[in-house]
Amino acid sequence: MSIRGNACIAGIYEHPTRKAPDKSLAQLHAEVAAGALADAGLSFSDVDSFYCAGDAPGLGAMSMVEYMGLKLRHVDSTETGGSSYVIHVNHAAAMIAAGKTDVALITLAGRPRSEGQATGTAPRIYDANAPDVGFEAPYGPTVVNMYAMAAMRHMHEFGTTSEQLAWIKVAASTHAQYNEHAMLRDVVTVEDVVNSPMISDPLHRLDCCVISDGGGAIVMTKPEIAKSLGKPIVKYLGGGETIKHLDGGNVDLTYTGARHSGAAAFEEAQVKHADIKYASVYDSFTITVLETIEDLGFCEKGQGGKFVSDGNLISGVGKLPFNTDGGGLCNNHPANRGGMTKVLEAVRQVRGEAHPKVQVPNCDIALAHGTGGSIGTRMGSATVILGQEDA
Amino acid sequence: MPQAEYIHPPINPETKEFWDAAKDHKFLVPKCPDTGKHLWFPRRVSPFTGKTNVEYVEGKGTGTIYTYSVMRRTASPYCIAYVTLDEGPTIMTNIVNVDYDTVKIGMKVKVTFKDLNDEAALPLFEPA
Repeated sequence: MSIRGNACIAGIYEHPTRKAPDKSLAQLHAEVAAGALADAGLSFSDVDSFYCAGDAPGLGAMSMVEYMGLKLRHVDSTETGGSSYVIHVNHAAAMIAAGKTDVALITLAGRPRSEGQATGTAPRIYDANAPDVGFEAPYGPTVVNMYAMAAMRHMHEFGTTSEQLAWIKVAASTHAQYNEHAMLRDVVTVEDVVNSPMISDPLHRLDCCVISDGGGAIVMTKPEIAKSLGKPIVKYLGGGETIKHLDGGNVDLTYTGARHSGAAAFEEAQVKHADIKYASVYDSFTITVLETIEDLGFCEKGQGGKFVSDGNLISGVGKLPFNTDGGGLCNNHPANRGGMTKVLEAVRQVRGEAHPKVQVPNCDIALAHGTGGSIGTRMGSATVILGQEDA
Repeated sequence: MPQAEYIHPPINPETKEFWDAAKDHKFLVPKCPDTGKHLWFPRRVSPFTGKTNVEYVEGKGTGTIYTYSVMRRTASPYCIAYVTLDEGPTIMTNIVNVDYDTVKIGMKVKVTFKDLNDEAALPLFEPA
């Protein structure tokens, strides 16, 4: 059974809200689901499988399937933090190709901004039964300082600089100016980034993503149904996923699980790096992008700083246009989980529906990569490669 | 300056021996008897063999900073780090009793203990 080309993304939706004090979490999930189904030209009654992760309320899939009135024959609530939704795309593609589902719905939603969550700088609430918790939580690991330790080591081993990391934010902000929904639309300079307040060395405020409410959804189906719906075809070409962790104390924070998920995706998709016209790369922090681009193989390990400099990630300027919606650094980061929006912008690019100022010409093949958990400890990494009908 | 307030580690049957020793300011490191490799974090099942035979042996309590970061946006700044123990494994900790601006990757450090209460003491590291 080949999965390549035997599943399509038929509908997408990104919630326009960035702050939703007037909506419940379940409601946000259902609104993005309805939006993606409408985009596909399908309805709730067509859905026969549902995918969600830890952001779904209550008992996750069970609660949301009941809330939306779905009747299913397949369900998957794989939870790998922000990378979950890229993994869901991989799993849905496999299940569609296997004939276990015809119409798959994937949702993400959250309201950390309305709930006043200090996402980056406050220690997370831990499960006392997590095996690592007693040997990590007392030391004050937060989202920012864990990614900061990866950046510090990368700088030490490869000479990566804050200015090079800043170029990633510059590129994201250059794209975000055209996105009317983006939280941060001002174009920033390298100086703006390195002069912004230090949060946790060596990461500055502008190295960090935004905290936003909102959500997104994806509808996938088999090619026969997708062709009947009238939208540009977005074919699933390949994917990969892995969990990278501390390996019993054999710690190396200079690479991510993208090393494995990317290689698997390229192999399945039967494409080369030069074929990728656009890449959505998870950007919780600038360092996340830099390490991921290296690990996906767009440049040698350690050369990411050079690669991202001088506008190389800016659409119309550089060789690898990335996150043309402004990404997590400028647009949004619903539920503190950015994998969903990475897939959404890749689909827009393949359809030719990105903002005209950032649309990549003839974007026949695009990649989306999600990272979940923390590159400072344990992470889920997932890659998907999408293409136009003849890709 | 260490953190203003430490989260107390939850202690379970698998880790009680480690924390009991820490209370006496003894630093134990888990070791897989089949491979002879030390490992982190403490657990009874070896991630190298899958066998429930990990032993906790006394460690030297010395190591080298692999990476670190000083959190600046909290009421009391603190330095989180990974330290590579002389026995091999790299472990998460705080660097204390130091001017944060002098902390460097490669710095030699040694263990020290912060008594949290009668139940627990937390291993931290300071310049050797």
